[in-house]
Amino acid sequence: MDFALMWDSLPKVLAGAGMTFQLTFLALGLGFVLATVIALASLSGRRWLSLPADGYVYVFRSTPLLVQIFLIYYGLGQFQAVRASFLWPFLREPFACAVLALMLNTGAYTAEIIKGGIRSVPWGQVEAARACGMSGLLLFRRILFPVAFRQALPAYGNEIILMIKASSLASTITLLEITGIARVIIAETFRPIELFIVSGGIYLVINAVLSRAVRALELYLSPQLKDSLDSEQRRQQALGVRVG
Amino acid sequence: MELLSWGDRGWGDEMVRAALMTLTVATAAFLLGTVLGSAIAALRLARARPLRAVGETYTTVLRAIPDLLIIYLLFFGSSQALQWAAGLFGYHGYLELSPFMIGTIAIGFVSAAFAGEVIRGAVQAVPRGQIEAAKACGMPTALRFRRILVPQVARYALPGLGNVWQVTLKETSLISVVGLVEIMRQASVAAGSTRQPFTFYAVAAIAYLVLTTGSNRLFGLADRWANRGVRRA
Repeated sequence: MDFALMWDSLPKVLAGAGMTFQLTFLALGLGFVLATVIALASLSGRRWLSLPADGYVYVFRSTPLLVQIFLIYYGLGQFQAVRASFLWPFLREPFACAVLALMLNTGAYTAEIIKGGIRSVPWGQVEAARACGMSGLLLFRRILFPVAFRQALPAYGNEIILMIKASSLASTITLLEITGIARVIIAETFRPIELFIVSGGIYLVINAVLSRAVRALELYLSPQLKDSLDSEQRRQQALGVRVG
Repeated sequence: MELLSWGDRGWGDEMVRAALMTLTVATAAFLLGTVLGSAIAALRLARARPLRAVGETYTTVLRAIPDLLIIYLLFFGSSQALQWAAGLFGYHGYLELSPFMIGTIAIGFVSAAFAGEVIRGAVQAVPRGQIEAAKACGMPTALRFRRILVPQVARYALPGLGNVWQVTLKETSLISVVGLVEIMRQASVAAGSTRQPFTFYAVAAIAYLVLTTGSNRLFGLADRWANRGVRRA
């Protein structure tokens, strides 16, 4: 075990954490907006809205993220129309392509999570809100969204961690985030175990902090959970819903 | 369409063979994951605290670290480790794992963490009273395990394992980075030589779509079969 190398490479690998965070949180933010629209379209009850929304979710959940990244980064350049369009300076960049692919991917999974959350809102609450004269956006903002959000939070916390892991695939299109940098140093030094411990440790810390943060937010939003095991059980259920 | 024709001129037969490779490596990884996952579940349900800690640590670590990193570890590190281990037995030649083995082990270890959670949940879903009743009937541990626990755990775990399978199948695409010729790798090769990346990655996406949809159906059928004796409201 070469501890000096581990100590030396720690700051180098840590420098990649910035890229990991940028990719993850840009994709999560944009993906969340997309997912909300998709979830509402899917639940709208109008076929011309729900059919494309469900199709999108189905396709993006049934194919590997790597295919989606390669289709966007390598694939789109095949078309002269894309290369000639104003989007090309943007789609030529690996960073933009990675964010786009991650966003579309998490959008599909998050849409399912949000749908589950919205479905869990008791119908009586919607009726009560209607009886008070709320409708449309106001009903969504005041009743549906907050209740659904709380319900969906454990599953969404899981999605955040999966996205941190998924961002490692950006290293396949030349981006130097944590995994990418670790790979470069391994190839230079042939010290895979040391680098694995360093970069794996960084992921472990990031994910431990994030899951604690989500848990804290969960308790803040629903203080009644403090004395019950309910949220832990929901977390268990949320596992396995989406893995990878 | 000519690009996908059979034989030397098209990529049709290569893509089909690659799809079979994806299925093979996914199946191997899934089986490894289920067996190892059962062991992890047993550890996590053990009475002794150190055993539980081992199971928990495995699950936490494997769920937090990207699969790609594990693949790289095995790709760059496995031959060192193998040669070191072989050295203990007095063998000093060159040894390395094939890309197939690297992929199976890496993806299998990750899916074990998820399968372990599913199986643990399924074991906990078996009512305690049934185990007590079996004990009261005088069944020894092995018989209790075989007659009472396993059939029910299999049934409860099936939907969750179906999810794990889907994920495992998709994760196998990552093995392409170490050169195993499965769907992704074959698509990359074809894309490079024909300069039609979109076409071939789209074909790859469709291949995955077909595989996931098909196996989803199979798991649905298996679930119906496993629950054939259960009354539903």
